[in-house]
Amino acid sequence: MQIIATRPKTLTDLNFTYCPGCLHGVAHRLIAEAIDELGMRNQMMGVAPVGCSVFAYKFFNIDMQEAAHGRAPALATGMKRARPDMHVFTYQGDGDLAAIGTAEIVHAANRGEHITVFFVNNAIYGMTGGQMAPTTLPNMKTTTSPYGRDVDDIGYPIRVCELLDSLVAPYFIERVSLLSPAEIMKAKKTVLKALQYNKEERGFTFVEFVSTCPTNWGLDALESRNWARENMLPFFNVKNYRDKGKEA
Amino acid sequence: MKSEMICAGFGGQGVLTIGKFMVKAGMVEGKNVSWLPSYGPEMRGGTANVSTVISDKPVGSPIISYPDIVIALNQPSIDKFGYNIKAGGLLIYNEDMCPNGIDRDDIDIVKAPMSSIAIEIGSARVLNMVAIGIIIGRTGLVKIETMLDSIAPLKKKAPELYEMNVLAIEKGFEIGKKL
Amino acid sequence: MSEKVLMKGNEAVAEAAIRAGCRLYFAYPITPQSELIEYMARMMPKVKGTFVQAESEIAAINMVYGASGCGKRVMTSSSSPGIALKQEGISYMAGANLPGVIVNVQRGGPGLGDIQPAQGDYFQATRGGGNGDYYTPVLAPSTVQEFADMASLAFDLADKYRNPVLILADGLLGQMMEPVEFQPYKTEEELKVLDNQHLDWCCCPNEDEPNHHHHEINSLEIDPVVLEQHVLKLGRKYEEITRNEQRWEDYDVNADNEILVVAFGTASRICKSAVDDLNAAGHNIGLVRPITLWPYPYDAVAKAVGPKVKKVIVFELNLGQMVQDVKLAVNGKVPVEFMGKVGGILFTPEEVLTKIRENL
Repeated sequence: MQIIATRPKTLTDLNFTYCPGCLHGVAHRLIAEAIDELGMRNQMMGVAPVGCSVFAYKFFNIDMQEAAHGRAPALATGMKRARPDMHVFTYQGDGDLAAIGTAEIVHAANRGEHITVFFVNNAIYGMTGGQMAPTTLPNMKTTTSPYGRDVDDIGYPIRVCELLDSLVAPYFIERVSLLSPAEIMKAKKTVLKALQYNKEERGFTFVEFVSTCPTNWGLDALESRNWARENMLPFFNVKNYRDKGKEA
Repeated sequence: MKSEMICAGFGGQGVLTIGKFMVKAGMVEGKNVSWLPSYGPEMRGGTANVSTVISDKPVGSPIISYPDIVIALNQPSIDKFGYNIKAGGLLIYNEDMCPNGIDRDDIDIVKAPMSSIAIEIGSARVLNMVAIGIIIGRTGLVKIETMLDSIAPLKKKAPELYEMNVLAIEKGFEIGKKL
Repeated sequence: MSEKVLMKGNEAVAEAAIRAGCRLYFAYPITPQSELIEYMARMMPKVKGTFVQAESEIAAINMVYGASGCGKRVMTSSSSPGIALKQEGISYMAGANLPGVIVNVQRGGPGLGDIQPAQGDYFQATRGGGNGDYYTPVLAPSTVQEFADMASLAFDLADKYRNPVLILADGLLGQMMEPVEFQPYKTEEELKVLDNQHLDWCCCPNEDEPNHHHHEINSLEIDPVVLEQHVLKLGRKYEEITRNEQRWEDYDVNADNEILVVAFGTASRICKSAVDDLNAAGHNIGLVRPITLWPYPYDAVAKAVGPKVKKVIVFELNLGQMVQDVKLAVNGKVPVEFMGKVGGILFTPEEVLTKIRENL
């Protein structure tokens, strides 16, 4: 019998506990596959966030630390400095990274920490039940913006790739989407590139996934992807912002 | 033996250094010592002061309310600390910057134009060494040899400054003894 | 032991931490502990260690969390308002069973307060300080020598119990200079032993199956039944620490004491001067100085209340915090009086002496 597809070694045997149609499982799998393919597994450790992916430390079959809300880049800094021979990634959602953890992500990026940050942006707080996120779109309704996000009152969504692109130190910054098989295949290449740079100790690498939240958006899996394509992609451009490897 | 001393002056006059050299010499001679500076916004320009204790027994309070000795490099320092000196204690002050002196006759008082002496030796920076010399000459709190040994490392690094320091300490020592 | 050097408390504790094998330090500047962070900035590169000036106190303690989760000796330091910010990380470390050393060079509070010495963080330090059921051992030095010695003790306790340990000093101990004798630097061999002591649970290099490990550093247990067991286990650890690690100093304590003074840290050394003067004048005053503020030496304080003691007087640089523990220890046997100073003001030996004399 020939095995043509199998579970990545970097994922544990646990079943994902994400909602039907959620793309966290896809993002987890891409990262795990890339770690396997790059042969980094025995030198890799990760940091899980607070949010829907809080249990990421159970799903990645490597040593993992669970951070306080928003602090993953600070933990990763401590971990990388403590074990410079190992590699570190963080996995964070939009509330974690772009609201409560803004200082930590900006300064880790600014120090050029040799870590990879995976940022899953679905424009909403999932775990706590669909509240407004720092990346919630203008006029988008959430449980804490029940009349739609009023940009005159609460401001515009934060574009994190663009924000980090204003810093000198980051080595690689790219936004990808997970809305179709083709986009997922493309995203895989980006994940591989970021982790390859991580392996080569090039510097700070950052990948943002434009994702969905069918449950809290009140849509089914397919509708949510269409909604994201129509509403998120015009605001959050899918493109490479920084690739010092290419420039060099 | 327990000697509690407060050195005070403008920030930049080197009062903290006076205290530091005195307790360092005390430590070398096997005494228990403590050095407690005033810190914070007073650090620059304002009145700086340091409390030092040199004692045969372990130092309890490093805070001094009624000092045995006060070194005042300016008038505000006399006004602030001079009247707390224990009866029979010692006030050493810089005549150049203390126009009013002190109105007490129950303490020993040594005054000298320390700023002028320092400039005469070659640098206003050695004012604190003049003061150290006077303290040692007057009190014998530590040996002058110990003090000279403690500045010996300067000999190679800054020979000119070293010579001036030695001169300043010796000059101060003479003043302290003579009066 | 090496020869004595004259050093500020802030620098002495930093040097002692490096000698104890600390090679990772993360912190944010704040008065009156700046000499500590500056010393680490100078010295860590010389011992091939890591110094990072973090973007905030919160980031610093979370860097400590990350490095500790990798099994290394790691330290942070701050002063009162900054320590308040670190409570998040300290609670998470306690929950995740992570070692680590935190130095608090206290200043006046609440809020921004001032930058002069105070002991107002006693409650925060001894009752956990962050959210949830936890304790951290709290070591309270009273001299620069003891401040330095506690660095090594704090790391040993932290590693032994896998728990954060707090050194509770204050601006006076941080800023004053006294002679210090240091322990020798850990040898390469000793450092290796320290580095390998936590490999069974920390983040560390991995292997392929069947020797692959999956260590989780975590304070989250979503299932109440599991969390219950986790917290009960923490509770047993705190009981063990309480049994094993109480430290205190008896000073002139004897069966004929008329008054018993209880004070810790800077306050205690001011009190000692007053006690010395009174005893030299023919009185008999005893003093107990708790060295661990948690676990608190309740029995030692109770035992020091001799048959002739008329009163126990507690001196603190706050509105009266440790006095509650002293009352628990004395348990109504004799009256407990309190004298405090706040705002970064210190009492003088004369004020202490007067207070004791009033009660003789």
